Amino acid sequence: MNLRDIQKLLQAEVICGEDRLDTEIEYAGASDLMSDVLAFGRPGLLLITGLSNTQSVCTAEIIGAKAIVYVRGKKPDKEGAALAVKKGIPILSTRFMMYRTCGLLFSQGLPGITEVSGREKQKQ
Amino acid sequence: MSEDDGLVQTFEITGGDFNRAGRVSIQIKDLLKEIGIEPEIILRAAIVAYEAEMNVVMYAQKGHFQVSLTPASIRMIVQDEGAGIPDIGLALQEGYSTASNAMREMGFGAGMGLPNIKKNADQFEIVSEVGIGTRLDIVLYLNKAKKE
Repeated sequence: MNLRDIQKLLQAEVICGEDRLDTEIEYAGASDLMSDVLAFGRPGLLLITGLSNTQSVCTAEIIGAKAIVYVRGKKPDKEGAALAVKKGIPILSTRFMMYRTCGLLFSQGLPGITEVSGREKQKQ
Repeated sequence: MSEDDGLVQTFEITGGDFNRAGRVSIQIKDLLKEIGIEPEIILRAAIVAYEAEMNVVMYAQKGHFQVSLTPASIRMIVQDEGAGIPDIGLALQEGYSTASNAMREMGFGAGMGLPNIKKNADQFEIVSEVGIGTRLDIVLYLNKAKKE
């Protein structure tokens, strides 16, 4: 599934990264808590969050996320948007709630990060 | 090992500046990428740096972040002037937090910061004095996998 498929599925607005919608996404993770994202995240993640301040973009960059989906119609603040453009991180914004967003993506075959991540196994 | 053996960079962090929080860690990540450090180690170093930087932003007036790179390791020393930690043992437990609502609104302050740092570091030392500040000394080895 690529970002264009995800954008259509979530009826999302492309905030930035229009030129990167062909990026393939292999797994996703959802949280409003950035320390949790730092604990489970790894490069390539699609980050789904309702936290739309600059820290969500910093966190995405730190873990090497491929893109961000903001739920509940959230939009990035000015600093966050500028950082996302600078770092080449596409941002989509969907009006769907977190639960529905995750459910739609999961039902279309996009696995969660912990199903494909070695980091979860390391913890066990 | 002397820090004179390798590259040393220092950064200043301003407490309470949430708009700039994370920029030092991103600079450190960019530096490590530029040098060609292994991606898995960059990921761990970036996470450690970001959690440490956020702790300074949230709990201190200011902080000094020094990164030293040698062929064998990345060492990060983060020294802040701030509230300090009354009980380090408690602060190292996942879920223990003294964060304010404003910190939680930034997506942090859930008691994961120090545990995340410890988990990703090969060596981790913390010294803190209430009302004075906190010093973190973190080492990641470059030539071997992290011990679990």
